[in-house]
This record gives sequence, C-alpha cells and structure tokens, in this order.
Amino acid sequence: MNGGHDLGGMHGLGPVDPEPESEEPVFHAEWERRAFALNLASGFLGKWNIDQGRFARERQHPADYLRNSYYENWMAGLETLLVEAGLVTEAELRSGKADEKAEGVRVLLGENVEKVLSKGGPVTMELDDAPRFRVGDRVRVRNINPLGHTRSPRYARGKTGTIAIDHGGHVFADRNADGVRVGQRLYCVSFAGSELWGDSENRDTVRIDLWEPHLEPA
Amino acid sequence: MPHDHTDPPGDIELRVKALESLLVEKGLVDPAALDALIDTYEHKVGPRNGAKVVARAWTDATFKTWLLEDATDAIAALGYTGRQGEHMMVTENTPEVHNVVVCTLCSCYPWPVLGLPPVWYKAAPYRSRVVSDPRGVLREFGTELADDVEVRVWDSTAEMRYLVLPMRPAGTDGWSAERLEALVTRNSMIGVEAVQAPE
Repeated sequence: MNGGHDLGGMHGLGPVDPEPESEEPVFHAEWERRAFALNLASGFLGKWNIDQGRFARERQHPADYLRNSYYENWMAGLETLLVEAGLVTEAELRSGKADEKAEGVRVLLGENVEKVLSKGGPVTMELDDAPRFRVGDRVRVRNINPLGHTRSPRYARGKTGTIAIDHGGHVFADRNADGVRVGQRLYCVSFAGSELWGDSENRDTVRIDLWEPHLEPA
Repeated sequence: MPHDHTDPPGDIELRVKALESLLVEKGLVDPAALDALIDTYEHKVGPRNGAKVVARAWTDATFKTWLLEDATDAIAALGYTGRQGEHMMVTENTPEVHNVVVCTLCSCYPWPVLGLPPVWYKAAPYRSRVVSDPRGVLREFGTELADDVEVRVWDSTAEMRYLVLPMRPAGTDGWSAERLEALVTRNSMIGVEAVQAPE
C-alpha cells in the first residue's frame, strides 16, 4: 500500500541529526525495552509472520505513522495483530484485564530465547522455474499500487534498472503478508540516480531488492 | 500542594505496562523471555561483532574472499547467526565505490553483526533522503566524498541484510585484528562514514 511508511524520496522531514555513536544507548527508556521484547515474544507465538507484522504497522494513518516514535509504531502494530489473531479482545486491551486465559498457544520461554534467536527464520526457497532475468538484463519495475502489502517502493515503480545480483528463491513478501508462503526469485536491481530522480548530474546508484513479479523486461 | 519530584508516566509508558501485564496474565508471554530478549540485544549482540568481522577480513585474505562470496557462512563461522541476519551480504568500499545501507520501507538491519539499529537509521529523515540525496546525508555525518567516487545506496527491501566492509585506514600496517577492531565504528559498517586512521 502507498502508506506513510514508504518514505524514499519524500521531502520536508528535516535533517538526520544523528546522536553521536559513542553516546547512544540501545534503548532510550524502560518502556522501549519492554515494547521491543513484547513484540518479539508475541511474534514467537507463530500467529503472524514478519510481513504481516510490517503490514500491521503500515496500515496506520500516515499522520500517526510519521508522528509516532519507532517503538510507538511497534506497539500500534502489535495491538492490531493481537486482536486480529484473536489472542486478545478489544475489551481486554481497553481494561488491561484478562477475561480468560489463552489456550493452545506455544509460548516462548526464557530458557529458549538464545536458541531461537541464533536459529533465526531463513526465507530462501527452492524454485522449479528457471529465472526470467539474468544479471545484466534491463528491467522495468511494474507500476503497481496494491492496497495490500508490497515491498516494491513507490520511488522505483515505472523506473528502469539493471539486474545486478540474482539472490535465488525467497519467500515473496507481498503474498506472505496475506499468510501465503510462496517462493519467487529475488533480484538486486541497480538504478541510476538520474533515472530515479531525473537529475542528470546524479552519478550515484541505488540498489533495490525486488522479486520477479515486481519486474518486467525493459 | 506538595511538589512531586517524579514525573507521572506518559501515555505510552502506561500502555506498554498495561499490555505486558495483560499478556502475562493471559499466559501469552513469559516474563523471563522478555528479560532475556532485552538482555541479548542490550548487552550481548551489537556492533562489536561486526567490527570483528571487518578486522578479520582486513587481516585474512582467505576469509575476506569467503566473506564477499558467502557472507552468511563466513560470518556464521565467527559465531554470529540468526534473527535478521539469516541472509547476509557484505559489500566492499573501494577508492571507486562507497556503499551505504538503508531500509526506506521500515528498519531492516543486520542484527547479529550490528545489534539493533540507532534511532536515526529508523527515522524518517534518513530513510527518505539517503536514496535521493546520499551525498547530502553523508555530509551530515561529516563524510565528504570526491566527485569521482560512486555512492552506491542499498535499499534493504527484502530479507537480504547488508554489511559494509569499510576501507582499511592508512597507517595500520602490521596491526593485529584485535587492534584494528577498535577502529571500526558502527556507522562505518552502515556506510555513513569511513574508518578513521589512528591519530
């Protein structure tokens, strides 16, 4: 969806203003620690995948998405996911009190945290079909504007680039956000800055990872 | 009225507390898991891991070749694996090409080697501008590149995670990996600055 999260090329958002690296803590408040951990631990319930998690945050009103701090967006997404998965009711969210205990859930235990984090969740998949594109091929990003989740950013759509890397089969994020785990070939596509931004002085390049359904021959 | 020296908790603090107690009461999260998750990313996993990878590549040509060909396996050999680093790629800075990494759509970042991303990496100004005005953004980090250097921006739109291999600074001939590691900053592995030569 063309939401408030799709920021590439947007203007007016101010300077980067980085906190000096040596002074920046991992978390800036106790609630950020807890919000981070609640998101990860809830994710391990296995009721949604990473793309469904992203889509829950993206569906907020763009004004909310941009005004919120990072972990405020994570909290908004988590509340949406918990209710949609049927794990928590709206009434429980409002009251903060459990109407009933959860049943039949597989909860991440403290003793398993190290093991599951170091294992991770690979997304590479075997594909039967031969690649549609080869390194060096010219491709155009399809001009799609789906209401659902997509990882094809707005600033690349309709633009022409060159296949730089064939990453092989990866779970296709756009469908994974609907809970459908299918593989599609993932490519790293290189775009000239002048193609993306129309500035002929721009000699820099941007590389974007895009799946085969995002691309057409140019 | 007596003055209260403690600031009242804000809305978000109350909201997080309320959700945590609700999820614990419902049996959906184990408080010990929350503590372990926080401890992992606050104290165990961070950019010193990435600095070890970089210093090893600078001092071991065989490792560097492996790292550039199969970063996931080479990094795993140093013990860094797992969540948000399942599929790694390392991209090397040269006198001709300077690499910089972003996620314009969210906050994708190689956790096993860099830990959790800094606030600016996740915030709208960096995400919006580094793809359209990379040199302007790098200048805000004090990084000025020659006109004939190509800036190559990597937008992490899938589950590939990118780590920049910075150029080894001059004046470090004969240095051990341990000594070099201390020079490597987090920002140099995101690509917003170079590794500075020792003073």
